[in-house]
Amino acid sequence: MGMTFAQKVLAAKAGLESVEVSQIVELEPDFCLSHDNTAAIAKTFKKIGVDRVKNPERFVIVLDHTVPAAQEKYAINHKEIREFVEAQGIKNFFDMGVGICHQVLTEKGFALPGKLILGSDSHTTTYGALGAFAAGVGRSEMAVLYATSKIWLKTPASFQLIVNGTLQPGVTAKDLILRIIGDIGADGALYKSVEFSGEAISAMDISSRMVLANMAVEMGAKNGYIAADEKTFAYVKDRAVVDFDPVYPDLDADYEEVMEWDASELTPQVAKPHTVDNVVSVEELAGMAIHQCLLGTCTNGRLEDLREAAAILEGRKVHPKTRLLILPASQEILMQAMEDGTMQKLVGAGGVLLNPGCGPCLGAHQGVLAPGEKCLSTANRNFQGRMGSRDAEIYLASAATVAASAVEGVVTDPRRFLK
Amino acid sequence: MSGTIWKYGDDVNTDVIFAGKYTYQPMEPKEMAEHAMEDLDPEFAGKVASGDFVVAGLNFGCGSSREQAATCLKAAGVKAVIARSFSRIFFRNAINLGLPVIELKEGIDEMKAGDPLDIDFTKGIVHHAGRELAFPALPPEVLAILEAGGLIPFTRKRLGVD
Repeated sequence: MGMTFAQKVLAAKAGLESVEVSQIVELEPDFCLSHDNTAAIAKTFKKIGVDRVKNPERFVIVLDHTVPAAQEKYAINHKEIREFVEAQGIKNFFDMGVGICHQVLTEKGFALPGKLILGSDSHTTTYGALGAFAAGVGRSEMAVLYATSKIWLKTPASFQLIVNGTLQPGVTAKDLILRIIGDIGADGALYKSVEFSGEAISAMDISSRMVLANMAVEMGAKNGYIAADEKTFAYVKDRAVVDFDPVYPDLDADYEEVMEWDASELTPQVAKPHTVDNVVSVEELAGMAIHQCLLGTCTNGRLEDLREAAAILEGRKVHPKTRLLILPASQEILMQAMEDGTMQKLVGAGGVLLNPGCGPCLGAHQGVLAPGEKCLSTANRNFQGRMGSRDAEIYLASAATVAASAVEGVVTDPRRFLK
Repeated sequence: MSGTIWKYGDDVNTDVIFAGKYTYQPMEPKEMAEHAMEDLDPEFAGKVASGDFVVAGLNFGCGSSREQAATCLKAAGVKAVIARSFSRIFFRNAINLGLPVIELKEGIDEMKAGDPLDIDFTKGIVHHAGRELAFPALPPEVLAILEAGGLIPFTRKRLGVD
C-alpha cells in the first residue's frame, strides 16, 4: 500500500522509510510562523531557560493582527516583538503593513512544495495550496520550537476531495469551499489531512487554491493539500527562498474517505451565523439587509478577488444603507491594485480602504459591529462575537457576492451583474 | 477529583471561549480567567468554582489557535474538559498547559449542567450519576507532557535545565 501526501512528508521529515496513520513522530519543520502573538511566545520561551533561538533562519515573524496599534496595549505588544526579533537575530521579520502573514509567507517564497511549515495561527493551512504540509500549532509549542527546533506530530488519516467539472461565471473557489464545508460539517474532516484534486482544482489559479487550503481548517482538517503543478512552479519561480522537492501522494495511497463534487452545478453560497457549516445558496438569503461588507482578509484579499469585486463596483456606488471595507491581503497586492486601476474603482464606488492586515476579521481592530448589525464578509469565520458585538451576525461569501451586495445594500446574487 | 458540570453544545469555538479583542493584549492567566467563555456564557467567569468541569459535544475548541482558550479555563479553576471530540489545536494547547482533556464517545447526553462529576485519572474512569465511563489512555508521548505539568516543564526537564 502506498502513502498519502501527509504520510510521505512526515516520514521524510522524521527520517523514516514510512509512517502509519496515528504514528507519532518527532521532527523539525522547515519554517515556522508567528505573528502578533510572538511577544507572548517570547515570554514562554524565556521560561524554558534557553538563551538563544535555535536556527533563527527558520522562523518568520509578521506583524498583522492589530496593525497599526489602535491602543497602548497593542503598541507595547509590538514593541516587545521588535526587541525580541532584534535580540535573537531573526532576519525574516515583516513589520506592519507588509501584509497578512499567510499572504506574506507565500509572496516571500517560504510556502513551497514539499515543505513542512507550522504556525501559531490556525490558518497556516493556507500553504497547502502550493503543495506544502502546513498546520497550525499553539503558542507554547512555538516557544519550544524556538528553543529546540523540534515538535511531535501525529500522522493524520487522509480524505481525498475530488472536484470535477467547471465553475460557472460568478461562482468561485469560495463558493466551492463553503459548499464542501456545508456538506461535510465543521468537524467533518476533524484531524484529517484533506487532499483536493480534480479538473476544477487543476483549472484554478494559485489565489483560488489558497482559498481552499485556507478554509480546510474550518472543517477541522489538520492540513489541506493541492499537488504542485506548472502554475505552482511558475508562482514560486522568482520567490523561493530555498530549494524544494515537491511531494506527491502515491497512486495507491489509502484514503479514509473519497468524496466528489461537481463544480458545474455549483451556485453562489453563503455561510450563515454562527458556524461555517451553516451554508445555503445566496438565492435563499437574497434581499436580506446588510450593514457592513468586508472585502479582503487572508481568505479573499488577493488581486483576483479585488478585481472580481471591481468588475461589479465599477461605475456604481456602495448603497447608502451599507458600508464597504477593503482589506487587501498584502502591500504587494495593494500596489498592484493601485497600478492596474482596481483600487480606484473600489474606492471610487465608496469603499473604505484599510491597510493590509487582519484587524476586522477577528474583531481586534477596526470595522467592528454594533448589536443587531449584519456583516457580509469574504473572511473565513462567522463565530458569534468575532467581529465585535455578540449580538451581531456575520455571513461569509465570495468577493463577487460581497461586491454585488454592497451595491444593493442587501444580499445579492453576483450573477445579476454579469455582462 | 470532583466538581460540578458546566454543559455546552457542539462546535464551541475559541473565539467564544476567549475573545479576539483580548488575544493580542499582554495579560496574566488570572485576568484571562475573568473573560473565560464571555461570548458563550457571560455568567461562567463569575460563577465557576475551582474543581469544576466543562462538558461539551463535538469539535470543542474549533477555530483560532489562541492558547488563551485553554489558559483561561485552567486559570478559572476548570479541572478538565470532557467532550465528544476536540479540535486538534485546542487539544494540543490543553495538554501543553497541563489541562486534562477527555474524549468520551458515550454518556455526554446524560450529563446536565450542575451535576456532580468525579474523574479517576489513574484508572481512566469518569464517575457520573452512578455510571462508570471509561476513557482511553493518551499515547505515552502525549501523556508524558501532561504528567510533567505541561510542555514547558516537560521541555525544561528534557533539556536538563531543571
